[in-house]
Amino acid sequence: MATELGPAPVKSPASGTPEVHHGPKGVGEDNRILSQGKWASWLLAPTIVALGIVIVYPIVSAIIMSFQKDAGLDPATGLFTAGGPAGIQNYVNWLGQQCAAPGGGTVACPPGTLGGQFWTATGTTFFFTVITVVLETVLGFWMAMIMARTFKGRGLVRAAVLVPWAIPTAVTAQLWLFMFDFNGIINKLFNASILWTGSEWPAKWAVIIADTWKTTPFMALLILAGLQMIPAEVYEASKVDGASAWQRFRLITLPLVKPALMVAILFRTLDALRMFDLPYILTGGANNTTTLSILVINQIRQGFNSAAALSTITFLIIFLVAFIFVRFLGANVVEQSGATGKGKK
Amino acid sequence: MTSVTSTELRAQQDSGRKASQTREKWASVRTYISAAVILIWCLAPAYWMVVTAFREVGFTYDTSPWPTHVTMDNFITAFDTSFGNRFGQALLNSVIIGVTVTVVSLVIGVFAAYALARLNFRFKYLVLGFILGASMFPGVALITPLFQLFTNIGWMGTYQALIIPNISFVLPLTVYTLTSFFREMPWELEESARVDGCTQGQAFRKVIMPLAAPAIFTTAILAFISSWNEFLIASQLSNDATQPVTVAIASFSGAQPNQIPYTAIMAAGTIVTIPLVILVLVFQRKIVAGLTAGAVK
Repeated sequence: MATELGPAPVKSPASGTPEVHHGPKGVGEDNRILSQGKWASWLLAPTIVALGIVIVYPIVSAIIMSFQKDAGLDPATGLFTAGGPAGIQNYVNWLGQQCAAPGGGTVACPPGTLGGQFWTATGTTFFFTVITVVLETVLGFWMAMIMARTFKGRGLVRAAVLVPWAIPTAVTAQLWLFMFDFNGIINKLFNASILWTGSEWPAKWAVIIADTWKTTPFMALLILAGLQMIPAEVYEASKVDGASAWQRFRLITLPLVKPALMVAILFRTLDALRMFDLPYILTGGANNTTTLSILVINQIRQGFNSAAALSTITFLIIFLVAFIFVRFLGANVVEQSGATGKGKK
Repeated sequence: MTSVTSTELRAQQDSGRKASQTREKWASVRTYISAAVILIWCLAPAYWMVVTAFREVGFTYDTSPWPTHVTMDNFITAFDTSFGNRFGQALLNSVIIGVTVTVVSLVIGVFAAYALARLNFRFKYLVLGFILGASMFPGVALITPLFQLFTNIGWMGTYQALIIPNISFVLPLTVYTLTSFFREMPWELEESARVDGCTQGQAFRKVIMPLAAPAIFTTAILAFISSWNEFLIASQLSNDATQPVTVAIASFSGAQPNQIPYTAIMAAGTIVTIPLVILVLVFQRKIVAGLTAGAVK
């Protein structure tokens, strides 16, 4: 079956290798591309229009909103003000953690207000991202290596890893909330009496553990798909040459699985940076588990325009991380093809 | 002398073979231990949810690893509306939203995927990049303007307010999963159909669509699951009447305000999860192929 996992050329979407179904180059190629281009634009139009409506339109209006003042009661006069252009004030307020002061101007946000949480939320988001992605990569790699071996019951293991992935995050959060309960199974199992969601570090680790449980299988499956593209002959040849298990891992597995691994890490990183469901349900964002997404949601009901500025900042942060990753990925792809001498570019 | 050497040699060879045999045995034992660890890690929490779902409320925190104090009461409590929960309605809402989003995304996305997999045109990689980027897009970046827009036009809490934002991440997922499935299909058949006098449209409808059915079905499952699991947008834009199951489960309330009704929540969680798990296990191979398709190709 063609769609099953099997050896196929590893291609990173970031590298944009133009080697998919090229017709024979020759006379008439330009005409063909032209006529196909017409077809393609008709076929693509519905998708592009739909994505334009559901993604591009909200983004553009969020950016426009972010430069507007929030309507509300003026703290100085006690009268309702209609908003109006704000310039970059919303952004300045978030980044500088400034809140509107009575009598005009701004002061540093008092602790506990949403405005004063920007940098802690950013820190928490990156902390969760780094720890969960590292844990999930290491554990996922290990799981993938096991699942790539031949043994009785391999099908069972491959099916079992899909279970955490298939459970909705909201259910996962409630399940772990129950297991992390003071009287719950985790405290009983380790003979501990920790109030998991009651203080900062246990709460953070509760989120990390639940997230790792839920998303490691996805990572493992992506890495497994990469592992299965490595031809068995490469390993056999290296065994004949007397390479040790560690050498085989370091010199064959790792470099060959790298493109798939990097894509998996990119996916997971972008996903972790927008983490919302799990901490929102598990801890409600208490005890410094408020991520940027939670902060945006909490802000919405206090002022659209300010929330729009924060969501634009969040979007830019994620975009920047993706950009760095893709540049980094691209660089590695070039480096790899150069090293093996098989590079087409 | 000679005979002694040869016996020594044989003994040495024997011990060498034995050593490698023991090593292989150990390797396989280690594999099985690791496999068992993975199984327990993945399944134990899910198992705990199901076991708790069948436990009497009074024994919520019972720690015996097998089912004890078995009861079906929690499933009745889960559907009980007297504490303000509308789990039955929420299930229906999730199905309505999930099916609509899946059908719309597939109908629109299948054409785009065909173009991306089959045709040569300028800006192809730009379009692919745009679609891949769209699927990684943070939901919070959309929620604020949508919240304001839907408030202004009176759409808050309507089905369309929940369906439209879901398309923003289900449609890209659909397009790139289908694209990578389509790339692996036997397209020579299309050429033959065209040689036999079909137009490109006819070849697509009569030859390719039947072949593509399994790919489309798998993509439909993935699309449905991602819509079914959505929480962020639904938690903000739905109301009591239209909320999907994820929101209902997250805000489940019990008889006592300060006590979380865990057994009922676990029962609700089991109801929400079991159909998905069965679906995923039945179509396991295809699902894994679809999940990883976007990443490795």
